[in-house]
Amino acid sequence: MTQPDLAPTDVIHDIGYRSYDGPRLGRRYARKSLYVQSLRGAYGLGRSAKSKVLPMILFAVMCLPALIIVALTIFTDRKDLPLQYTRYAVVLQAVITLFVASQAPQAVSRDLRFKTTPLYFSRPIEAVDYVVAKFAALASALFLLTAAPLLILYIGALLAKLSFGHQTAGFAKGLVSIALLSLLFAGIGLVIAAVTPRRGFGVAAVITLFVISYGAVSAVQGVADNQEKWHVIGWLGLFSPITLIDGFQTWFLDATSAFPDAAGPPNAAAGTAYLLVILAILAGSFGLLMRRYRKAGLS
Amino acid sequence: MTVIATESLSKRYPRVTALDRLTVDITPGVTGLVGANGAGKSTLIKILLGLAPATEGRATVLGRDVATDGAGIRALVGYMPEHDCLPPDVSATEFVVHMARMSGLPPTAARERTADTLRHVGLYEERYRPMGGYSTGMKQRVKLAQALVHDPQLVLLDEPTNGLDPAGRDDMLGLIRRVHTDFGISVLVTSHLLGELERTSDHIVVIDGGKLLRASSTSDFTQTTGSLAVEVTDRESELLATLTAAGLTAQRTGHLLMVDIGDDETYDTVRDAVAGLGVGLVRMEQRRHRIAELFADPDDTGADATAAAHPTPDTAVAAPGAMGTGRSVR
Repeated sequence: MTQPDLAPTDVIHDIGYRSYDGPRLGRRYARKSLYVQSLRGAYGLGRSAKSKVLPMILFAVMCLPALIIVALTIFTDRKDLPLQYTRYAVVLQAVITLFVASQAPQAVSRDLRFKTTPLYFSRPIEAVDYVVAKFAALASALFLLTAAPLLILYIGALLAKLSFGHQTAGFAKGLVSIALLSLLFAGIGLVIAAVTPRRGFGVAAVITLFVISYGAVSAVQGVADNQEKWHVIGWLGLFSPITLIDGFQTWFLDATSAFPDAAGPPNAAAGTAYLLVILAILAGSFGLLMRRYRKAGLS
Repeated sequence: MTVIATESLSKRYPRVTALDRLTVDITPGVTGLVGANGAGKSTLIKILLGLAPATEGRATVLGRDVATDGAGIRALVGYMPEHDCLPPDVSATEFVVHMARMSGLPPTAARERTADTLRHVGLYEERYRPMGGYSTGMKQRVKLAQALVHDPQLVLLDEPTNGLDPAGRDDMLGLIRRVHTDFGISVLVTSHLLGELERTSDHIVVIDGGKLLRASSTSDFTQTTGSLAVEVTDRESELLATLTAAGLTAQRTGHLLMVDIGDDETYDTVRDAVAGLGVGLVRMEQRRHRIAELFADPDDTGADATAAAHPTPDTAVAAPGAMGTGRSVR
């Protein structure tokens, strides 16, 4: 056995230990720090170069059609954009789904897999701070992803000297819609990702849920369309995330529905149902995340 | 002054009792918390951090009640978990800065404290590399650094020597000692290896099955019994006479002479006496009772199983009997 004082390493310490008596900023600051770190992490910032590749590609893919649309609008002298602001996210839903599927697990599964969560909960923050920070961070990341192309469209529309009032109203409605979409997608993605420490499972599960639910809703809507039951089409949209947003914005934001025959919610009851279901999913995912982390403790 | 005080602290789960009316007072310094796996060490740490409510009894950490002021305690306490907790694709610097901010340090202070703390735990150029490529020893240092970065008043270290080779273990124990002596931070360190804590700790608390077995100061029983075992090739009686004449207390046991150690000159006196007689010195080694002997419990199967899994000299639980602490001269 060696004596500790004979150990060859860690002996060169000419500067002594300095204690810290500066400010300790507490929970609110810690929550904000976690939010910022997670938001940056969603785009791979502060992480390895490899983890920047996918989110940056998705961001570029998301913006590319907007640039093309703007170019078309300016050079063909159109009176309006060929695509509504509210429709953009619906058309590019595959890109958004991929982003949620890849970044929700990176937001929460990583901490579970590498067991970093105990380090958070041995600090002043509580489970609710962790959940709020992660939820807000992923929703913000999604909002950036979906708002950037809308901003490109809006600036392009103004450059093309389209009607200012009409464009501004459309842009504002688009922002409301994608804000809700970001929260909804983030909630669903995080709940699924927080179940498993395995990143691959999380990615697969999120993609499966979004694609299958959308596929199923579209298929059944197609059948209803064939049988000319348009009011059913309007109700069916309640069963997948993106069609929920579509139904909501059709009823509340005066958007044209992407459903077959543009058959949005048939009446006020259906329109309200869209809003209620969205709110219920948001509350539910927050509740589930809280339940998941309240017991997380140190293990 | 007490750093940690528990009073009849119990934690019962539906099937097991993790802590059973534990009452201890832990004073500043390095305290070793010893117990076999499942003895209740981790449960105690959870309760002390205010993360799990006690079933009954109460506990205070740094004078704050764990039941009502968990967040206040966690701001002033550092925690190093037993398991791996480091994301591999982040550098030690980025990780520890983030953890410092999570403890409430403003950005600039977080960066400065991170650089300082990583240097103090012995991490230099490698701190800019992703942690996935670190050795176990380096990972343990980062884990210790994140527990120290906000300059806590107390750190709870859960099995910090786990998975380290003997040299790494000695480094870590030396570092833990310095956390108290140089940094002025009190330490509660857990281990299932009794031997390694006696060199590091000022106090030892032994728990088993959630109950307190013993709490004492390390010096109480390790330093008072220090003696030197001397074995020579011949003429033991004459050596005994010479040593007694030189003012040392010595007894003969078999062909060994047990000499009480007064101070460092004892070694010189023995050496000179042996040289004067012209006999060969076979060995001269320090003997002292080890904590392990005092706590050894032949019925403790848990400890035996632990010992079997780690056949190192430190595992004195399964090997009672007087073992030398080193310094043998042949």
